[in-house]
Amino acid sequence: MKLLKLVPDDTNIKFLKWRVPFFVVSLLLIAASWALVMTKGLNYGVDFAGGLEVRATFTESSEAPIPQLRTDIEGLGYGSPVVQRFGEDNQVSIRVRLPDEVSADKEAAQEAATAVIEELQGNYPDIRIDGNDNVSGKVSGEFREDAVYALIYAMLAVALYIWIRFEWQFGVGALFALFHDVSLTLGMFALFQLEFSLQIIAAILAIIGYSLNDTIVVYDRIRENLKKYRKMHLPDLLDLSVNETLARTVMTSLTLLVALLPLLFFGPASLFGLTAGITFGLFVGTYSSVYMASPLLVWMGVNSDSFVPEETVADRQEKKLRGEV
Amino acid sequence: MLEFPTWKKVMLWGIAVLGILLALPSLASLSNQQWPDALPEPTVNLGLDLAGGSHILLEAEREQVAAKRLEDMEEGVRSALRGRDVAERIRIGDVSTDDGQLSFLLNDAGDIDRARAKIEGLINGTGTVREWDLQVVDGQRFVLSQTEAGLDNAVSSAMDAALSVINDRIDSLGTREPTVIRQGDTRIVVQVPGLQDPEALKELIGKTAQLEFKRVLRDATQAEVARGFVAGGEVVPYSVEEGIPGGGVVVERLGGIDGSTLTNARQGVDPQTNEAVVNIAFNAEGSRRFANLTTKYVGERFAIILDDQVISAPVMREPILNGQSQISGSFTVQTANNLAIQLSSGALPVDLSVVEERTVGPDLGADSIKQGLLAMGIGTLLVMLLMMITYGRFGIYATVALVINVLMLLGIMALMNATLTLPGIAGFVLTIGAAVDANVLINERIREERKRGRRVIAAVENGYKEASRAIYDANITNFIAGVLLFSFGSGPIKGFAVVLVVGLFTSVFTALPLTRMWVANWLRKTRPSDINL
Repeated sequence: MKLLKLVPDDTNIKFLKWRVPFFVVSLLLIAASWALVMTKGLNYGVDFAGGLEVRATFTESSEAPIPQLRTDIEGLGYGSPVVQRFGEDNQVSIRVRLPDEVSADKEAAQEAATAVIEELQGNYPDIRIDGNDNVSGKVSGEFREDAVYALIYAMLAVALYIWIRFEWQFGVGALFALFHDVSLTLGMFALFQLEFSLQIIAAILAIIGYSLNDTIVVYDRIRENLKKYRKMHLPDLLDLSVNETLARTVMTSLTLLVALLPLLFFGPASLFGLTAGITFGLFVGTYSSVYMASPLLVWMGVNSDSFVPEETVADRQEKKLRGEV
Repeated sequence: MLEFPTWKKVMLWGIAVLGILLALPSLASLSNQQWPDALPEPTVNLGLDLAGGSHILLEAEREQVAAKRLEDMEEGVRSALRGRDVAERIRIGDVSTDDGQLSFLLNDAGDIDRARAKIEGLINGTGTVREWDLQVVDGQRFVLSQTEAGLDNAVSSAMDAALSVINDRIDSLGTREPTVIRQGDTRIVVQVPGLQDPEALKELIGKTAQLEFKRVLRDATQAEVARGFVAGGEVVPYSVEEGIPGGGVVVERLGGIDGSTLTNARQGVDPQTNEAVVNIAFNAEGSRRFANLTTKYVGERFAIILDDQVISAPVMREPILNGQSQISGSFTVQTANNLAIQLSSGALPVDLSVVEERTVGPDLGADSIKQGLLAMGIGTLLVMLLMMITYGRFGIYATVALVINVLMLLGIMALMNATLTLPGIAGFVLTIGAAVDANVLINERIREERKRGRRVIAAVENGYKEASRAIYDANITNFIAGVLLFSFGSGPIKGFAVVLVVGLFTSVFTALPLTRMWVANWLRKTRPSDINL
């Protein structure tokens, strides 16, 4: 049986030839992502904004009366709610972000949720409340703070490990690649205004772990080749390493992708954000292991001495003295 | 490479089979099958987001504990300085509790040493830390301020007491396996699976249930209720349920009885009015004080005050001597029952507010499991297919390893008594997609080694050896991210982290030694001169 080879043998793509333009584009994308996060902002869900979210099913109808629901909830005086289809056509999620002067009270989210649920049950006899999340302003503030720290610590800890296992240049390269992945993921959430919740932070933390898998494979090969081809011009050596590992990079990303896609399309609605975040992170992570993590090594001046123990240089001099070389 | 000693084979198979066996009870319960009672049954717990239920985070205010402590100290100081007889009495004036400090002036500066000696016992507490700081300013003014350590102790013991009260109240609901734990300094997490009515739960655990009986001096005017205080008494408003908006009564400030001397409270029905009531009984000391009070003021009105609101203010027609009484108000059977539970479990030592609530109905949870498992099944099939058409025989080894990996992951989680949450299902999917990465790296390396002209056995051997470096590095970075994920976020996210981290261990086991054993076995038996890879 003929086996499938997604990447032909002996590819020789000059990845590094375009390193400057690609790097500039990447920097621009990072800048654009942060600009989006600053200007458009992230569409915080109840976890980070505080307030309440109620999920409900209209058991007797084929479609949820979304505009009517919006008017009903608005009538309660907590501002305008976000009412969206959630899962099936007859299922909705209603999100209410409380005005600042209301959310100062710790129990405000609780009271508002009770009011909203009573209003719904009063107006729609066939409604089934599937769940609700009420988060006070204080707790949501803590979640925001914890999230920022968790992301920073995870990036630093992982980069530190790479530094220990390889060289400082690799650690910096990995950190930069991670920063790229995290920035672009945040940028995407800001651009499309997808709900940004605790699950998205979980997705980004998972990305921080997994996007480095490809980077590590490439770095491992670079280290191997640095020892093997002492005299090779560095960009050529990096190109060789990326090409040699290309089949792995494609294959590992693909197995993850085919596992995730069914979850994205057929999985429960409550997991959509998490899955979408990881799937997007998978793409940017694969790109960054090729175009961010490797070119940086050229500029930071990695060479074969990085992995040749000091003694070997001394050995060489000794040999020279003995006239063996 | 080819030589696998028997003990090693037995061990590898043993671990794999044990892992799979551990997964069986959980599989049975996920697919709603009966599991024989005779067999051991370690099962993964389903998180509230899958099983349905309520997660409630309660928070107390440190300031409230501090204020109450200050009030108690004022009472303690007054009674200590009053002494047992007039000769011993130390007179004080200008008492204030502003700025979180208790300060008072001795009428006679000569009393300083005597006053200090009497207060000493109050401020040192029972523990090893200094609970209060005492300063004497301007010769005869005493200023008592709480130390941070003292307040920490007070908050901690208040929270412990609150925990036990909440436990009692939830036990009375009779729900299965509720969890009540302290979190941080001032918080308590309550998790109740499979609950239908979260409002009732919050109503039950959130109420302080501080019960007091006080003699009514007169009805309060609306203006007095609005202002909140009057000279020579205490204004207490009627509870909203009583339906007298703006109304209230003025009661005697001191000399009442509180709910701490109750021994029992039970919901009942008043035979005359057919209304739901709460029957209460006092202990010996409470009965004595209740008898004294009602004898002294027979024919007068008494206010029954719950959490600083009057629930009723009946006239005491005859003295109550046996310590048995009845509280009536506008109760339904449900609210009377709640009040009875709250009174018998005792009052919360501190007010608790609900700062976070997450409730999932049982239907949504069941749908999520179904959809999640379906997606996971399709994903697994796609990964298997991809691996088989890309790596042939080596891909089949990888897919068998993958199935064992998933089962072992479930089995170990069951053994750890871990909780499977909705994001945990995503963790399974992610593990499935990433677990075969190790086999991809190994197989690609074998291909490469073959291309360089190595003979089959050497190529396979090198493939496993050279690939394992990157595999371990990648898994360790994933582990680091997983640990940070676990330390961050609430329950469902922790469930995600647990799956990812345990999955790293099982996938390294199944992808490396296990497939290696199968490959070695095949090579030894067939000794192929070429392999299709």
